[in-house]
Amino acid sequence: MTKELTCICCPMGCPLKAEVDEKGNVLSVTGNTCIRGENYAKTELVAPVRIVTTTAKTKSGKPVPVKTKEAVPKSKIFDVVKEIKETSVDLPVKMGDVIVRNTADTGVDVVATRSAE
Amino acid sequence: MNEFDLIIIGGGPAGMAAAVSAKKAGIDDLLILERDSVLGGILNQCIHNGFGLHTFKEELTGPEYAEKYADMVREQQIPFELETMVLAVEKLAGSNKKAVTVISSMRGVQTLYAKAVILAMGCRERPRGALNIPGSRPQGVYTAGTAQKLVNIEGAKLGREVVILGSGDIGLIMARRMTLEGAHVAAVAELMPYSSGLKRNIVQCLDDYGIPLLLSHTVVDIKGKDKLEGVYIAKVDEKNQPIKGTEEYYPCDTLLLSCGLIPENELTVGAGVEIDPRTNGAIVNESLETNIEGVFSCGNVLHVHDLVDFVSEESARAGENAAKYILKGSDHSGKVLAVKAENGVRYTVPSKINTVNLSELNHIRFRVTGVYKNVSIVVRSGETELLRKRSQILVPSEMVDLILKKDKFDGLNDDISVFIEEVGQ
Repeated sequence: MTKELTCICCPMGCPLKAEVDEKGNVLSVTGNTCIRGENYAKTELVAPVRIVTTTAKTKSGKPVPVKTKEAVPKSKIFDVVKEIKETSVDLPVKMGDVIVRNTADTGVDVVATRSAE
Repeated sequence: MNEFDLIIIGGGPAGMAAAVSAKKAGIDDLLILERDSVLGGILNQCIHNGFGLHTFKEELTGPEYAEKYADMVREQQIPFELETMVLAVEKLAGSNKKAVTVISSMRGVQTLYAKAVILAMGCRERPRGALNIPGSRPQGVYTAGTAQKLVNIEGAKLGREVVILGSGDIGLIMARRMTLEGAHVAAVAELMPYSSGLKRNIVQCLDDYGIPLLLSHTVVDIKGKDKLEGVYIAKVDEKNQPIKGTEEYYPCDTLLLSCGLIPENELTVGAGVEIDPRTNGAIVNESLETNIEGVFSCGNVLHVHDLVDFVSEESARAGENAAKYILKGSDHSGKVLAVKAENGVRYTVPSKINTVNLSELNHIRFRVTGVYKNVSIVVRSGETELLRKRSQILVPSEMVDLILKKDKFDGLNDDISVFIEEVGQ
């Protein structure tokens, strides 16, 4: 079947069409004006991933910003956010400190993105 | 001690980068003034990633980018004063000194003096009052950046059902942020036929969460007496006028406005600096110096940027130039050429160049007036073409950064034009 998506590699925003078989393999990509569009479609359609950023609560009442250290599967974004929301961060915290290990079974850690006291 | 070589107003990305580079260029007697209780400016509330690809060669979040610069400021022992508001900047008559009047709990009201001043105050959002949206004035209408601060810094809970007007990057980012915080974002309405935000943000912040982007649409009415109850969104015609009969009601308890940023130049105007009406920022020369000798401007207070990396780079140049001014004074001996924004170019920074003060590499930054596909960017002085560069696409939401070597300007006598040229089919 054909899947449509917009390339985000540059401001062109090429409208891409990708032929995908039943197993989800990308057979061909059209609509791109350069190789980056083809590569983008292949990753995006097979295993889209995103870095998740949100905040975690602390005892001080002010939240501390956090992120997943690597990109996680797009389908896991809400699981990751839910787990972070259930976590309370002990202060002081340093930028880069691990807040949640192996979040939502993605193998990726969540780290603080700011130091706070 | 109220005398300094250099005072930098603003401790955000622009102020910090300017300070670090001035220090590196040999200025030890400097001071950063910041009105917030921390360094970092707007970056502290921009908890999303996508910062620093140029500067640090890695993808950082806003707070990480800010902390890296704040660490540099501390390592280099650059003095800064927080919770300090600057009330006025003034060049003293008959002297090259600048008076900077500040207020803080530590100093009370005091006047500080400096040989040079760098204006790095950033920008603020266009508020509802400037948008002329009819309707009542209920609670629940926020600018996107205010909402961002409330959610990310204060940990506040805003509404459950959200409409966003304007597709600026902060609005798009907040659409995703509100969704992750458990709210439902019904739509993002954009007056123009194109988004004013970056494409990647539309995909990652709207498409990922199934949030519709309504181009050529605007909010025509706001309902609710004390609390916001809903908004009417209508289609607009090519003159941006709402089309009768296309109004649709969106019940919501939160309306976020992401309708443009305005450089915060009250101090600048008060100091007598000339403002460019196209950018709402100072008119500057190749050294990012304003019409007042020794007063420099950089970052979002000069012109609104879309990438913090460009802010840092520009501000580092301002810091370097301020250092040069303090150590060597001004050189006015060269020829001054105007830099003119012509066909398709809305403005340029700088808008004049004194050839004697050029660096090895010189930047001309601009934004286009509309969407251009498959065109050439041309920089010309009389019959001499300084630069011609093909571009697949140019959009108003992406600032263009041209870099020209010093020798390109050799022997030029005519003003410089920057324009967009259609490429023959």
